[in-house]
Amino acid sequence: MAEREPIIEVRGLVNRFGKQAVHEGLDLDVYPGEILGVVGGSGAGKSVLMRSIIGLRKPDEGSIRVLGQEVLGADITQDPGITRRWGVLFQGGALFSGLTVAENVQVPMREYFALSDELMDEIAAYKISMVGLPPEAGPKYPSELSGGMRKRAALARALALDPMLLFLDEPTAGLDPIAADGFDKLIRTLADTMQLTVFLITHDLDTLHAICDRVAVIADRKIIASGTVAELTRFEHPWVQEYFAGPRGRAAAVASEPGRGPGVDGPHAPLEVG
Amino acid sequence: MQSAFNREELQDRMPLIAPPDASATHASLTADGKLLRLEGRLTIANAAKLEVELGSLLDGFDGPVAIDLSRVERIDTVGAWIVHRLLRDRPGSEVKGGSPTAQKLLTEVAAADRPCAVRPVAEPFLERELVRLGAYMVEFRDTLMAGLSFVGLTIISAWQAFRSGRGVRVNAITVQMEQVGVNAIGIIGLMSFLIGIVLAQQGATQLKQFGAEIFVINLVGRVTFRELGILLTAIMVAGRSASAFAAQIGSMQLAEEVDAMRTIGVDPVEVLVLPRVIALTLMLPLLAFYASILAVIGGGLFTWASLDIPPATYVQRLREVVPMSDVWIGLSKAPVFGAIIAIIGCHQGFQVSGNAESVGIRTTRAVVEAIFIVIVLDAFFAVFYSALGYN
Repeated sequence: MAEREPIIEVRGLVNRFGKQAVHEGLDLDVYPGEILGVVGGSGAGKSVLMRSIIGLRKPDEGSIRVLGQEVLGADITQDPGITRRWGVLFQGGALFSGLTVAENVQVPMREYFALSDELMDEIAAYKISMVGLPPEAGPKYPSELSGGMRKRAALARALALDPMLLFLDEPTAGLDPIAADGFDKLIRTLADTMQLTVFLITHDLDTLHAICDRVAVIADRKIIASGTVAELTRFEHPWVQEYFAGPRGRAAAVASEPGRGPGVDGPHAPLEVG
Repeated sequence: MQSAFNREELQDRMPLIAPPDASATHASLTADGKLLRLEGRLTIANAAKLEVELGSLLDGFDGPVAIDLSRVERIDTVGAWIVHRLLRDRPGSEVKGGSPTAQKLLTEVAAADRPCAVRPVAEPFLERELVRLGAYMVEFRDTLMAGLSFVGLTIISAWQAFRSGRGVRVNAITVQMEQVGVNAIGIIGLMSFLIGIVLAQQGATQLKQFGAEIFVINLVGRVTFRELGILLTAIMVAGRSASAFAAQIGSMQLAEEVDAMRTIGVDPVEVLVLPRVIALTLMLPLLAFYASILAVIGGGLFTWASLDIPPATYVQRLREVVPMSDVWIGLSKAPVFGAIIAIIGCHQGFQVSGNAESVGIRTTRAVVEAIFIVIVLDAFFAVFYSALGYN
């Protein structure tokens, strides 16, 4: 695994808010084709890490390479070569409220490619269908959708350009368990079909077990460990132990027992201790 | 409902990425129209070109076609969709030599082939405009009624606070007085001072033609104390504070803070509205008086500098021509304006629902309504006082 070129490479990341450091020398690699789950307590800096990687926040120190491009220095969100290759699903969906779902999906296409209107309408339709929304959702405005449907619609927009890299910020937060389960399966299926690399922030232990190839734990301002869920369960750190061996962690592990997804024994990188 | 990022703006955009060079993808058709060979990268970046190419190649050949994908380097869902479309529209067509990825993508997009509308169905123009007009009228009526009942609600709440013996929240009122009054001193002072100068200057230009420059003092003094000082202050406060009230209460409404208050048993009107209404009712007369004084000072400076009327003469003349009733009439309007501005601001804040966009809409509406009502009321006052014989 070591010879693979990482698709995201974070080195020595430092993020401070005033005097308080959120990240202090954080290192992280994400390899092509994997689903990496990022976990950590509330306020551990998961979202800040994601915002740093996608160029929405300028870190105080460190280097971040995404898709072979250095994020720091230049404003990476101004680089069409990068922004068309990634898709971002924000926690609240962040759909444009003045546009219908189908038009939201078309925004990236219109921005980058001179596709015919007919083709764009068709693409929007099949993307909407792929994320499991009914056709009736296409001409609806985001305010007319339920929370779960809004997440799916936002996922359709994130996938509009067939990105290589997908960022998901707590995709299952606020969904009922059945919807969350459906969303997990959807992400796994899409990642397999479209050969996506997924950077996934989550609190959801079931999600970790069900779909993540590898999990990175943020604590003490660093990635303290990364590996499969099974490896992390044996990792000696108070927070990690409490997280995976606590009642919820055990329940999620039991739920994933019958070999659901590759979370337990799929392809993975060896346990890295940072 | 208007959004910052709307359909019209979206359709204005030119694509960021230029069409790729011709070598990226290529389609060729055998002379009998039976075998179509696709080569290169079947991705979204090449989709536009590929679509045009296919359209012209297959023009005139209607029957089934075999599609050879063996020379495709890369394919994504958009490429797969274009292939799928051919298969779907030409029954009997088949794919040859597709990689496992291509096969998988083809299956996926075929499963996802459920057309949907992009926009809601639009009604005919006349019908749509009539519906809009009707909705506008209904909303106008509802706003008026809701506004009136909110005034009632505020009065009831004040009465209850008074009767229960608990009184009003003095601290909250003081804080609001500082925010709506003390913090507005700078901007209102500057505005009134400049208005005073402009009034004197414009008046002087006209009155000079009759050699009656001295009447500039009548103009500045009477207009300022009776009308402009209070009206402009009220408009400025409506812009500053009605919007602030609407936004503050609106964001609390969004965060369900107002609902939380209700469940705890705290009356949101008593906690949020009363202090603001009382603070503004108390502060607006003070601000209006201060504004009038500064406008008169501005006018005085102008007459001194430009018309050579010394300050002592200016003040003496002011005392002769401005009756005390002007000052009282002006100041009597201020508490009414203050109360109504605060009530409209708070009322719009409580109307916020749904999303952040609604806060913006309600804030704007609070300002527009507050200024409108202030001017309407001012007209009523003018008629009322002149009917009483104060001219």
